[in-house]
Amino acid sequence: MTRAAIGSYADIECFRSALREAHRQGHIIHDAYAPMDMEEADELLGRQTGGIRRIALVAGLVVAALAYGVQYWSLFYSYSFNSGNRPLNSWPVFLLVPFEVGVFAAALAGLITFLVRTGLPRLNHPLFEIDAFDQVTQDRFFVALKASDEDAERATLQWLHASGAEQVWAVSL
Amino acid sequence: MSEAPAWIGPGLKTFEAATARISDPVLTLGRGWRWWIALAISLALTAVMIGGIVYALATGVGVWGNNTAVVWGFPIANYVWWIGVGNAGTLISSMLLLMNQPWRASINRMAEAMTIVAVSIAGLFPIIHLGRSLYFYWTAPYPNTMSLWPQWRSALVWDFWAILAYLLFSILFFYTSLIPDLATLRDRARRLWVKRIYGAFALGWRGSLRHWMLYRRYHRMMAALAVPLVCSVHSIVGLDFAVTLMPGWNESLFPPYFVVGALFSGFGMVVLLCIGLRQLPGLADMITDRHFDVMAKVMLASSCVMGLSYATEWFSSWYGSSPAEHRFLRFSFTGTYAWLFYLMLFCNVVAPQSLWWPAMRRRVPVVALVSLLILVGMWFERMLIILNTLSHGHLPSMWTVFMPTLDDFAVLFGSVGFFALLILLFTRFLPTVSIHEMRALLVDEGRA
Repeated sequence: MTRAAIGSYADIECFRSALREAHRQGHIIHDAYAPMDMEEADELLGRQTGGIRRIALVAGLVVAALAYGVQYWSLFYSYSFNSGNRPLNSWPVFLLVPFEVGVFAAALAGLITFLVRTGLPRLNHPLFEIDAFDQVTQDRFFVALKASDEDAERATLQWLHASGAEQVWAVSL
Repeated sequence: MSEAPAWIGPGLKTFEAATARISDPVLTLGRGWRWWIALAISLALTAVMIGGIVYALATGVGVWGNNTAVVWGFPIANYVWWIGVGNAGTLISSMLLLMNQPWRASINRMAEAMTIVAVSIAGLFPIIHLGRSLYFYWTAPYPNTMSLWPQWRSALVWDFWAILAYLLFSILFFYTSLIPDLATLRDRARRLWVKRIYGAFALGWRGSLRHWMLYRRYHRMMAALAVPLVCSVHSIVGLDFAVTLMPGWNESLFPPYFVVGALFSGFGMVVLLCIGLRQLPGLADMITDRHFDVMAKVMLASSCVMGLSYATEWFSSWYGSSPAEHRFLRFSFTGTYAWLFYLMLFCNVVAPQSLWWPAMRRRVPVVALVSLLILVGMWFERMLIILNTLSHGHLPSMWTVFMPTLDDFAVLFGSVGFFALLILLFTRFLPTVSIHEMRALLVDEGRA
């Protein structure tokens, strides 16, 4: 369980500068919350890719290879037949089905990785206890700064107030 | 603040306004009388479609106009047309995302929904056109006692996998970009049972920027996968015709020609849906006249490519030495379906040329009319691809004329009604514009 001091901001500029200042002053940013994607926050929070693309690529290639293997096996070993004198290993046309299923497998693997990395679905979370947190999906921004003990927590809450936060809370995350 | 002209109308200035305009109609219980009338009409047409399909399956495919030579009639033309309509949705959400086009923000949700609905409807047709639809699973490699496998070298088998992969992919793509907006609906809903349903599908999204980062990685990857997927799916649909040896079909032009045709007809459908969407209060600031201007340019460019494709087809048929191709060409221009052919050329090549004039592009009624003509013209084109070749193939003794039947029309118009029904249900239960992307656009345009 992490103790965190949370502050909410109504203005995006205020939120951006608070985030930058927090990072500059050495506060540990547990997380920040916004109603839309903000690419500029990547550097402040530490870029994470989650390995989504790598895992999707591997999954796509493996499933495509399997699909190719099924076609190959069916025409070489299981039921070989001459179709318009095409070679048994008709690789140009054998590539089409593996491509399609490979793309879908990559998409599915990527989604599963995304869900695992984000920890979703997580229908309850300590943050949902804060009534005002409802606004995070609408028009409010939140910053959660880690606090090591009660004193640090009090100081961080004051800092958040000073940085322009509308409201502040102390939460165990 | 960007120097470029805005993609958002002057009336929309805050996050709250964007959120309210999109989510409040979804969360209110009642609906206007216009929605109910539209629902009633689409339900009636859906019933007509179901009736037509049940009658055809119970009696046999002879109730359609298909005959011994023209073995593919309305069902396959409908299939190709509906897949084409669906493709534009994916191209709008994916290709425009990769090209960083801001104007996609307000239309991509509707376009993705359109894709899922259109592809689902398209998928019905190859199944029903079999007549003995229960055997459609023969295209899949299922364990059987006869050691049989699907014919992997057949375009129809590729179709099965392509459409399946495309539909499932589109659903994943649509759902993941919907998660943050479902969270918005969860947080704005007043009734507990509504909150719970949206909340369950929102997976507990809490707007964490770390999660947004991962979402962005996934979303862009999906967009990069979707573009080749769309091109390959519609190329495979084109290959249904092109891998055969029939005159007029055996052309390597078909895959790209079909893909551009899909983009073309799909944009027409997106334009019509956006015009409908703009009628909802408050959305006119999100789907502006500039959007129609840009979509009209895409349709104009596609129209020119289609015109070039037609000319290429005619030239290759004429320049080659195949008598069957020469006969096919003469039949296209002077035969039984020549009237449909010239109508198709007018709708697809002539009418969209009006979009060269900026004044025409910015007039929504003009763009709407041209879009409708494009949709109709592309259906004619799909029909003519089938009719001109099959009714005038290699063997003169097999030449025959295709006459559509009432059941053909019932299933076609019924499917349009079914499309309308599913789109209406989508607008009822889900946000029709991507709320989080509109917020990002508001920030980019310096409004919020």
